[in-house]
Amino acid sequence: MDLSAEKLRSMYERMVTIRQFEEEGGRLSQAGRIPGALHLYVGEEAVAVGVCANLNDDDYITSTHRGHGHLVAKGGDLGRMYAELFGRVDGYCHGKGGSMHIADLDLGMLGANGIVGGGPPIAVGAAFTAKARGRGQVAVCFFGDGASNEGTLHEAANMAALYRLPVIFCCENNLYGEYTPQARHQTVVDVADRASAYNMPGVVVDGMDVMAVYEAAFEAIERARRGEGPTLLECKTYRYYDHVGVNATATYRTDDEVARWKSRDAIQSFRDRLLKQGLLDEAEDEQIQARVRQRIEEALRFAEASPLPSADQLLEDVYT
Amino acid sequence: MREIYYRQAINEALRQEMERDPDIFLAGEDVAEHEGAFGTSQGLLARFGEARVIDTPISESAIIGLAVGAAATGMRPIVEIMFMDFMGVCMDQILNQLAKMKYMFGGKARLPVVVRASCGAGMRLAAQHSQSLEAMLCHIPGLKVVMPSTPADAKGLLIAAIRDDNPVFFLEHKGLYRIKGPCPEEAFTLPLGVAEVKRAGTDLTIVATSRMVHEALAAAETLSGRGIDAEVIDPRTVQPLDTETIVASVKKTHRLLICHEAVRFAGIGAEIAAQVAEEAFDYLDAPILRVAAPFTPVPFSPSLEDAWLPSAQKIVEAVERMLPVGV
Repeated sequence: MDLSAEKLRSMYERMVTIRQFEEEGGRLSQAGRIPGALHLYVGEEAVAVGVCANLNDDDYITSTHRGHGHLVAKGGDLGRMYAELFGRVDGYCHGKGGSMHIADLDLGMLGANGIVGGGPPIAVGAAFTAKARGRGQVAVCFFGDGASNEGTLHEAANMAALYRLPVIFCCENNLYGEYTPQARHQTVVDVADRASAYNMPGVVVDGMDVMAVYEAAFEAIERARRGEGPTLLECKTYRYYDHVGVNATATYRTDDEVARWKSRDAIQSFRDRLLKQGLLDEAEDEQIQARVRQRIEEALRFAEASPLPSADQLLEDVYT
Repeated sequence: MREIYYRQAINEALRQEMERDPDIFLAGEDVAEHEGAFGTSQGLLARFGEARVIDTPISESAIIGLAVGAAATGMRPIVEIMFMDFMGVCMDQILNQLAKMKYMFGGKARLPVVVRASCGAGMRLAAQHSQSLEAMLCHIPGLKVVMPSTPADAKGLLIAAIRDDNPVFFLEHKGLYRIKGPCPEEAFTLPLGVAEVKRAGTDLTIVATSRMVHEALAAAETLSGRGIDAEVIDPRTVQPLDTETIVASVKKTHRLLICHEAVRFAGIGAEIAAQVAEEAFDYLDAPILRVAAPFTPVPFSPSLEDAWLPSAQKIVEAVERMLPVGV
C-alpha cells in the first residue's frame, strides 16, 4: 500500500509519542507522582497507530485498562492526559477518572475501561448510532486476549454481525491475560478463529508491524464503512512491562521470550524500514524525537501547573 | 377521563415519544415482531419500522451496552430487560458502565437511557422471574429508579424518563399490566422525584411502592372502618426519593409504616425509615414498621408465594399492633 512519506512519518511520530508518554508516565509513577495504578502500552504501539491512522475524528473507539496508547493514537491532548493521570482539574475527566477511565468524547474516544470486556457492547452501541446517522462512521473496539473469554465480547460480536454494524473488533493479543499465558486461559491459538462463529471475517496480523496492521485495518474499516459489517482483527503483540506498573518481572515469562519480542520492536523496525526506503533520514528522525520530547515536557508542565480538584466538585457530575 | 390499562399507558407513552423524537429507538428481546412479552410495544414495529423497533438476541449485556454506546454518541435509547431478574446477566454494563460513565468522565458524557423491565411476584413465576430489586439499583449513584403504580403514573413518568438525560430504570410490576385507570390521552410528564399522596389521612402514614400501593389503599379502607384514618403515599420514584413529602406527612400523623414487595432486609424501606428517623424523630409516637417480604427467594407453590407476598391484610395487622383500635 502506497502511503505518502508525510503520512508514514506522522504514524512513526505517533508511535514514538506513545512510547515516550508511557516511559515518562512509568518514571513518574515510580517516583510516586502519579497516584494509583498504571497499565503501560509500551511494546504495543503498532496496533493503536496502525488502526487509528485509518480513522477520522468522528469515528469511535472503545478502549481498555491499557488505554493511553489508544487515546494518543486517536489524537488526544498529552497535557490533558497527564493532568488526568495526576488527578488534576484540567485532566480529561477533571481528575474524576484517572488512567483507567480516560476519555475524549469529542474525539470519539469512548473511554478506557477498568472492566475487562466492558468495551465491546458499548462499541456496538456507538456503531448503531453510526449506522443510524448514515455518514459512514465506524467504531473500533480494542480488547485483549483476556477479554476474548468474556461473554460480553461474544454477545457484542453476535449482535454486530446480526445488524451488520460498522464495528472492528481489534484484539490486541499480547499473549497474557494479566499474568496468565494464553495457553492456560484458552484453547485457541488465534482469537480470530472465533470470528467464524459470528460469520464475520477473522484476520490475524503481525502486531509488531505497523504497516501490516494498517493494511489489515484499512480493509476491515473500509468494509465496515461500506455497510458490510464487522471484522475481527487480531494483532499479535507483546507487553514489555508487567500487567500493571513499571516492573518487568521474570517469574511468569522467560528472559528469552522478552528478548525475542523486543528484538522485533515495532518502532525500531518501522524506523529502519523508513530509513532504508529513503522516507526518513537520521536528521529527520532526530527532529521527530526532539519534537516529541518537547511536547511531553510541555504536557508535563501543563499538568503540573493544574490544581487538584476542590472538594466542592465531589458531588458534581453524578446526574445531568 | 377515559380509562386504559397500565400496559396501554406504557405503549401510548412509547408511541407518542417516538413520534416526537426520531433519535428514540426501542430495543429488547421480543419487542418488535412479538410486540413485547407483556404487549407493551403493540403496533410500534408497524408504525416506526425495524430501524427503530428492534428485536435483539437474548444478550442482556449487549442490550445494555447498545444503549450505553448509542446514548453516549447522541441517540436516546429505550431498552427492555424482559424480567428485571435478568439484570444479573448484564450487571457490569449497568453498574460499571451506564451508571458511572458521566461521573468518571468528569461530567462530559450524557446518557439519556431508559431501561424498562418487569418486576414483581404473584404470577407463580418462581425465584428468577419475580424479584423486586429496586434497592440494588438505588444503591448505585448515577441511576434513577421509577416504580409506577397506576396507568396515569406509568404514562407521565415514562415520558419524563424518556426526556430525562440520565439513565432511568423504569420498573413495571407485571401484576399491574392489566389494571385499568384514568389516563390523559395527550402526552404529559410527571416529574421524577415527586411523591403523590394517594389517600389523605391523619392517624398514620403508609408509604408504599408499586403494586403495594394498591394493597395499602385496600388496607386503608379496612382501617377506616375501624376508625383509623391512614394517609397513603406513593413515592413513585425511589431514586430520587421525595423524602420531603414523607417527612411532612409523618409530622402530621406521627406514625409511619412502609410497605414494599422486595425483601425487607436492606430494602428501600430501611432507607426511608432512616431518613425519617434523622429528620422527624421527635414527631414519632411509635416505632417505624415495615411490611415487606421475608428474606427468601420468591417461592413457586401458590401457598408459599401467597405467604411470601406482603398484602393489605398484613398491613392491617401491623397497623393494629402499632395503633390498637380505640387508642
